[in-house]
Amino acid sequence: MDQFLQHIINALSLGSIYALIALGYTMVFGVLQLINFAHGEIYMLGAFAGMYTIRWLRLEQHPGIGSLLIALFAAMAASALAGFIIERLAYRPLRKSPRINLLITAVGVSLFLQYTGQLVFGSDPQFFPVGILELDGYTWTYGELVIEPMQIVALVLSIILMLVLQYIIFKTRLGRAMRAVSFNHDLASLMGIPTNRIISATFMLGSALAGAAGVLVGLIYPKIEPLMGTMPGLKAFVAAVLGGVGNVTGAVLGAFTLGLAEEFLVGYWVSTYRDALAFAILILILLFKPSGLLGVHRAEKV
Amino acid sequence: MKTNLVSRVALGFAVIAPLTISLSGTPVAQAADDAIKIGEVGSTTGSEATFGVATHQGVELAIKEINATGGVKGKKLQVILLDDQGKPEEAATAVTRLITQDKVVAIVGEVASSRSLAMAPIAQQYKIPMVSPSSTNPKVTEIGDYIFRVCFIDPFQGFVMARFASENLKFKRVAILRDVKNDYSVGLAKYFTETFKKLGGEIVVDQSYSAGDIDFKSQLTSIRGAKPDAIFVPGYYTEVGLIARQARSLGIKAPLLGGDGWDSPKLLQIGGKAMEGSYFSNHYSADDKAPHVQAFIERYRKAYKDTPSGLAAMGFDAMMVLSDAMKRAKSLSSADIRAALAATKEFQGVTGRISIDQQRNAVKSAVVLKVVNGTFVYDSTIRPG
Repeated sequence: MDQFLQHIINALSLGSIYALIALGYTMVFGVLQLINFAHGEIYMLGAFAGMYTIRWLRLEQHPGIGSLLIALFAAMAASALAGFIIERLAYRPLRKSPRINLLITAVGVSLFLQYTGQLVFGSDPQFFPVGILELDGYTWTYGELVIEPMQIVALVLSIILMLVLQYIIFKTRLGRAMRAVSFNHDLASLMGIPTNRIISATFMLGSALAGAAGVLVGLIYPKIEPLMGTMPGLKAFVAAVLGGVGNVTGAVLGAFTLGLAEEFLVGYWVSTYRDALAFAILILILLFKPSGLLGVHRAEKV
Repeated sequence: MKTNLVSRVALGFAVIAPLTISLSGTPVAQAADDAIKIGEVGSTTGSEATFGVATHQGVELAIKEINATGGVKGKKLQVILLDDQGKPEEAATAVTRLITQDKVVAIVGEVASSRSLAMAPIAQQYKIPMVSPSSTNPKVTEIGDYIFRVCFIDPFQGFVMARFASENLKFKRVAILRDVKNDYSVGLAKYFTETFKKLGGEIVVDQSYSAGDIDFKSQLTSIRGAKPDAIFVPGYYTEVGLIARQARSLGIKAPLLGGDGWDSPKLLQIGGKAMEGSYFSNHYSADDKAPHVQAFIERYRKAYKDTPSGLAAMGFDAMMVLSDAMKRAKSLSSADIRAALAATKEFQGVTGRISIDQQRNAVKSAVVLKVVNGTFVYDSTIRPG
């Protein structure tokens, strides 16, 4: 029983990481219908920005929530900036071209960032300074069951961010503009909505979320490297598709479903098929319910 | 708009072009025309860059020393290093380029078995001798009679750790956590299982992961349920540090056991206290008091301000064995170098006395190191047979 519960806890913490990355994915897709393959790399940039901030400001010497918030904020700002620049230089010039061009460009940006990252940060894995939070004494154990504070933090944060996003999208002027742009680009601009600015804002918001995820992952799994974004990026993409791309609640639901599925596959069956599972889910969902679990079927515009 | 885009693209290329040029391998030393060219393929970028860089420093030091003592047959040696970014397909491209364009007489490389396996068929096809410093998968030298190595093979490392676990530590129940993406890891796990069972032990659970994973809690939770005496994790340092951390946080107290893929200071940095008390097999130990080992360490420290890792020592030995063979060879034709390499007997390298056997593998002993107070400490030597 302990083992079963431990698997559930592991799955929730894994799912919350996927959720944080998937949220940004799904937002950008919702507004632009663009699968931003560089999203995983923005998450990587966030992790490195967090690490360098901690090192430069010597935050390890002042462990606590304040230091964590500074690192988190720096990472979110750096990622938002990266998202803004990528959108401005790589995607905006292609706004009027066929969608496949955008997709290929996204793959190109992703590779560009991976290899530039290796050049700039070095390709060897680096240690993320986990010392900024002193949590050694707070691990909760019950028999064999172990719950770590960072697992709770990641879980709570992913749910809070999901609610905040829901609020922004459905209750604010920015959100209304985003939905308008998502619904019809040209029409929105005729209505006086500054579409370029809205798209930039969407990118920055989504990228900031990825940056936050980067720091959290660094704290839970203290090994960061320039190629760290590839697999989580793809998994988050699967999670987003599973939940229904463009749907914020769906992304979180998809992420937790994927986390649970992976955990139980590995825990009770074969660990070899872990990554295969995610992509098998992707294929099945695309075959049988392409709109995702929570997605609404949208008629194809001709 | 169009010109704008064109100029932007052009600007982009102007920025990227110098980067790509500096990335694609450049000859390390521009030597005289009559220098003997040796090719080297290594992962100097990519997630296993430590491997490629350390090996290359060993090779470079060997070249320097050989040239300082008169070179080979009156000629200087020159090494041409190409980076494979840790990818088998890039390694294959690099070795083709070294042979067909740079016309090297022999190849040193690669560290990782998966990349040596991609390179070996090409070296064999062109009949250019290839010496792998530390690819331990048996399949590597099985590819052909031009492929050699100066390290022991996976059966031996698996054998060493199984014997160490069973005889030195008196363990009966061991769990395995292997990296399925990695031929090396799969090989070690296989031979560990065989030997450990033969010695009367039991493999209580056999789990796997993929290189690049960061979450291992699901595997470790299952392993915890089986209550093993130790966990055999024959992976690379890139993941082992995280595995150790997560094992400890789940309350697993059993030590981890591993192979030479652990050999990096990063292992201790990422794993921290969680690595304490774990053991791994290696080619050499910097604590070895033998004078020729200490002399090598001193020269290496002078050159690179760092203690040589096992991989650096292996790179050094690979180059030394190769130059020894070239000195003994009748001529510098690849067939003669090959024959001389195959005849290597009791060559005193930094990593032990190296003899090349019928299968072109090195026969030598292994050391087991233990992690104590954040350093690798020599524990014991396990001999072949």
